[in-house]
Order: sequence, then structure tokens, then C-alpha cells
Amino acid sequence: MNLLTTFLLAIREVRRHLMRSVLTTLGIVIGVGAVITMITLGRGATEKVTSQISGLGRNLLILMPERASRSGGPPASTAPFKIEDVQAIVEEIADVAVVAPLATRPLLAVYGNENRTTTVTGIDNNFFEVRDWRLSMGRTFSETELRAGKLVCVIGATTRKELFRYQDPIGATLRLGKLACEVIGVLEAKGATFGNDQDEIVLVPLRAFQRRIAGNRDINLVFVGAKSGESTAKVQRDITSLMHERRHISRGEPDDFAVRDMTEVTNTVGAATGILTAFLSAIAAVSLVVGGIGIMNIMLVSVTERTREIGIRMSIGAMEREVLRQFLVEAVTLSLLGGLIGVAGGLGCSALVCFALDLPFILDLSTVFLAFFFSGSVGVVFGYFPARKAARLDPIEALRYE
Amino acid sequence: MTLITPTGESQENGESLVELKGVTRIYGQGEAEVRALAGIDLRICQGEFVAIMGPSGSGKSTCMNLIGCLDTPTSGNYRFRGLDVGTLSRDQRALLRRHYLGFVFQGYNLLPRTTALENLELPLIYRGVRPRERHEAAKAALQVVGMSDRESHTPSELSGGQQQRLAIARAIVTNPNLVLADEPTGNLDSARSVEIMELLTRLNRDRGITIVMVTHEPDMAAYARRVVHFRDGVIASDEAKA
Repeated sequence: MNLLTTFLLAIREVRRHLMRSVLTTLGIVIGVGAVITMITLGRGATEKVTSQISGLGRNLLILMPERASRSGGPPASTAPFKIEDVQAIVEEIADVAVVAPLATRPLLAVYGNENRTTTVTGIDNNFFEVRDWRLSMGRTFSETELRAGKLVCVIGATTRKELFRYQDPIGATLRLGKLACEVIGVLEAKGATFGNDQDEIVLVPLRAFQRRIAGNRDINLVFVGAKSGESTAKVQRDITSLMHERRHISRGEPDDFAVRDMTEVTNTVGAATGILTAFLSAIAAVSLVVGGIGIMNIMLVSVTERTREIGIRMSIGAMEREVLRQFLVEAVTLSLLGGLIGVAGGLGCSALVCFALDLPFILDLSTVFLAFFFSGSVGVVFGYFPARKAARLDPIEALRYE
Repeated sequence: MTLITPTGESQENGESLVELKGVTRIYGQGEAEVRALAGIDLRICQGEFVAIMGPSGSGKSTCMNLIGCLDTPTSGNYRFRGLDVGTLSRDQRALLRRHYLGFVFQGYNLLPRTTALENLELPLIYRGVRPRERHEAAKAALQVVGMSDRESHTPSELSGGQQQRLAIARAIVTNPNLVLADEPTGNLDSARSVEIMELLTRLNRDRGITIVMVTHEPDMAAYARRVVHFRDGVIASDEAKA
């Protein structure tokens, strides 16, 4: 009796006890479904988070004035940078495509009856390039505006919505603190990153910010875009040693600045969500094992219930291994059936959840095959014991069994 | 007509199919030891129709199990078609059953929830017969037992007599040398019993299938051409009819 025939007979047997078969496979269905859902959702979440981080800009390094806390708490802020530090980076470090310094301060923005506390950020036009931010209307700063320090602004989508509702903001005059400021552009909506609304922002020329808002020449943050294809790690090293020199930090002293490589952050976050996914999948896999035990249970019941049938088959001339194979194939058929339903259910379920949570739905075929393969293995492992029990029955006893 | 001496030796067509020599079968050990067969000699030739009779516990069922290669003797020698069955493995005995034996039981032992045709195909599946030929052979066997109109009925939809006819069809669908029938009419009324016996007689006569049948009823034994009586694990008498 070949494998195909055995398989067809197994299907016949499964159909003969359809209700019981479906209930038996339920454990596998849930197990496989849960694993598939966890992995797919995990992938979606990882993808979303990493795309959010890379949404900060490509090949991006961020230079911040802060000192890592010894006690493990949040880093303490240190002396800000100067415009000369920025110029030094532009002049001395190779493989740097664009450098964007910025200074920032929260201020009340008022228009008409509306007011919002927004992050007012002083920038130059490099900022738009390094962050890959685009305008939905209006324009960026002109050379004169940047040099003369005239107070004009580009506002974020949320700020625009909250202050202007449906009015055209271009050409309107905002009040930032006590200063009047003309709106010249509106940013495309970026969405929130880690709960921070990136669209709640007012961008003004850096020089105007320093002179008229901050009253100093501090730079709070420098975005550095590495040339594409160049190693961000090398640029990170170069900036670090340059800053050591410029901020007079000798060997062994702790740094009073930090250079964050966003690629690295992406990888770290990706790894973290990966671990979380693996963890959740492992929990889900437990239910797969439980499902396997369910199959073993039912197969044992089935062997007992069909003792006489086994006796008949043996009297007809079934060899031990054929009886074994028959019951093993039945168990595997059941578990594969469960796997099939589980894969379908899991994909359907994760598609729904992805839609609801606004995550990208990533269909990973290797996961699907793996889950399917694994459910088959569960059938083999947990089907073997009952099948062996069936194969070792004494035909005379089996025929007499009531 | 084959002439058979009272010792069970066939004088004509001397090819022996079943040959037991000094066969014992002992169950249990020590105090609980039961000698189901206490040393029997029996020779059955191709084409015979033998009835085995005897009170319960006389060893006739044990003898049937041995002949059917479902069991092996504790001592003595059993040759089936010249093969020493005692030396064969479980699987080798399964293969002997598959190719040379057919079984008919008192309780029919058909697969439940399985159609008549599927029941008949079962032995052929184990023989590795292709689906089309399997189907043809199963239909032919159904016709032999006169149940062509019942091919898609399941056992529960058939009467006792029909189930037993189906079981006989299953036993002969592979064209075996030997059919072993264990009280085939035990659950049937006399009219059905006669039908079954006529069917067995016909198969023996027309197709030359050797039949060994265990029965309690002298009426049924009367259909056989040789009657072997068992008592207390030994053969008490072995008579052939002229």
C-alpha cells in the first residue's frame, strides 16, 4: 500500500469523523494561528518602527550636548554647541553630505483667537534636506531671510490645523511670544514618532531665532547627513574625535556630547521588537504543543475505538508498519489540516489587526511554510505513540475486542 | 471426487496445503497454564471442505488461529504450503494471510461506515492492486455473492445474511487458496444459514477454494466433505464422507 493510497484513506477517515476531526485539530489551528499572527504582527510593528526612525532621515547622525548619566538615569544636558563647531564639521570631516544645526525653544504661538504651545526651531534650509521634509504649500527660506535674520516661519501640519483651521495660512502673521512672524510655508504631515507629534512645530531661520528669540548663539542639536553609501560609523568616529578636540576633552574624561547614529538606533529597535516577537511566538508555540497533545489524545481514543478494525486489517494481511503508517498518516493529515486552517486564520486575523492598528501587513512565506512544516511535525511526534500502539496489537485479541 | 481416509490423508491430488504435526499451544505459565492444543496432527489438502466441530474450549478456535497464521504453535510444526509458519516473523505471516488466506467471522467483522465496495477493496489495497482493477475485482466478487445491487450500502444498512455474504466476498476477492470460516452461520437464522452454506459449497466446488469451517451445528457441518471433531485439545475423530 503506497503513501498516496494511505493518505487518501486517511482523508476518508477524517471525513468520516468530520466533527471530531475538526475539534481535534482546533488546538493546532489555534497554535499555528497564534504563531502566524504574532510573527506577522511583530514584523509589521518592526517595519513600522524602523520606517518611523528612518523617517527621521537617511544616513543620519545626531550630535547632542549631553552627558551619559553614571547612575543610568536620563543623560544630563551640557554646554550647547557653537556655530563654529558646525563649520568645523563641514570643513574637516569627509563623507559629510549635509550639516543642519538647530536651536529650539517652546513658545506660545497665537493667531486670532487660537493659541498653541509649539516647539519653535531655528534652522537653515539644510534641515529640510537632512530630515527629508517637504512642504505641502508655500516655500522654504530665502537667502536674504536666512542672512538678515528676518522673522518668517514654516509651520507644521498640526500647528496649521489648530491655528488656522480652514484659512489659508500663507502670508498670515502669527505671534510667537511677543514677536510677529509671517507664515511662508506649511510642512507635509509626518505623523507621530514615539508619541511625539512631529507636525506640532514652527520653523524659523536660525539666525533670527538666535537674535530675536533665544538671545544667544547656542546650537542645541546638529543633524549630520552622511554621504549615501558611506559608513555612518566612520563619520560618527570622526565627529567624536573632532568634538573631543574642540570641547577640550582629554582621554579618560567622560564625553559631554553624544553622537547618535540613527542606523544603529534602527537596528537596536529592530532587534528589540525582534526579541519581543520571538518571545510572543514562543508563547504561541506552547499552544501548538498543547494542540499536539490533543491530537495524541484523540488518536489514542481512535486506536482503542478501532481495535476491531485494526484486527480486521491485520487478518486481511496488513503488516505492522502498514498499520503504523496508516495511523501516523492520519495524525499528520489531521495536524496538517489544522496547520492549513491555522495559517489561513492567522493570516486573516493578522491582516485585520494590522488594518486596525495601522501596521503594514507583511506576508512572510517562509513563516507560513515553517508553521505548516511544524504542524506536520507535531502530527508525526504525537501521532507516533498511538500508531505504534495500534501496530503492536495482537490480531486475535483485536478481532475479539468488543 | 476426492477420496479421503479417516486419518485425513488425501489419496488423490496429494498436494497438502495445511500440515500440522504434533502441534501444541499453551497459554499462560505455571499454575495458570492452559493447554489449548495438546498435540495434534492434521493435514488438509488443496480443494477440501473441512468442518471442525467440538465443544467450546476444545481447541478448535486455537487451531483456526494457528492455521490462519494469526498465531504460532508452542511446540510442534505447522507447514502452510510447505512453509514452516513457526519460524516466520509477524510481518511474514501477515504476507501469507494477504496472499493465500481469507477469513470469515461469526460477527462478520466488516469495516463500519464503509460501503460494501470499499470493504471489498480493502484486501486488494494491501495487495497493491491498482484502483481500476480493484474496483472491477470488488464488483465481480459482489456479483459472486449476489449483492451487486448493494455496492454503496454500509454494513449497518445490510441484514445479517447480507453482511455475511459481503464478508465472504471480501474473503474471496483476492482468490485465496484457503478460506477460514469461524462459525459463519452462528448469528443467522436457518434460512440465511443455508444460503451461506450453499455459497461456501459453491465456492469450494466451482473455484476450488479450500474451506476450513468451525461450527457447532451438525446441519452446517453436513455441507462439508470432511468433519474433524476436537475434544480437550486433541482430535477425537476425523471423518470423510464418501
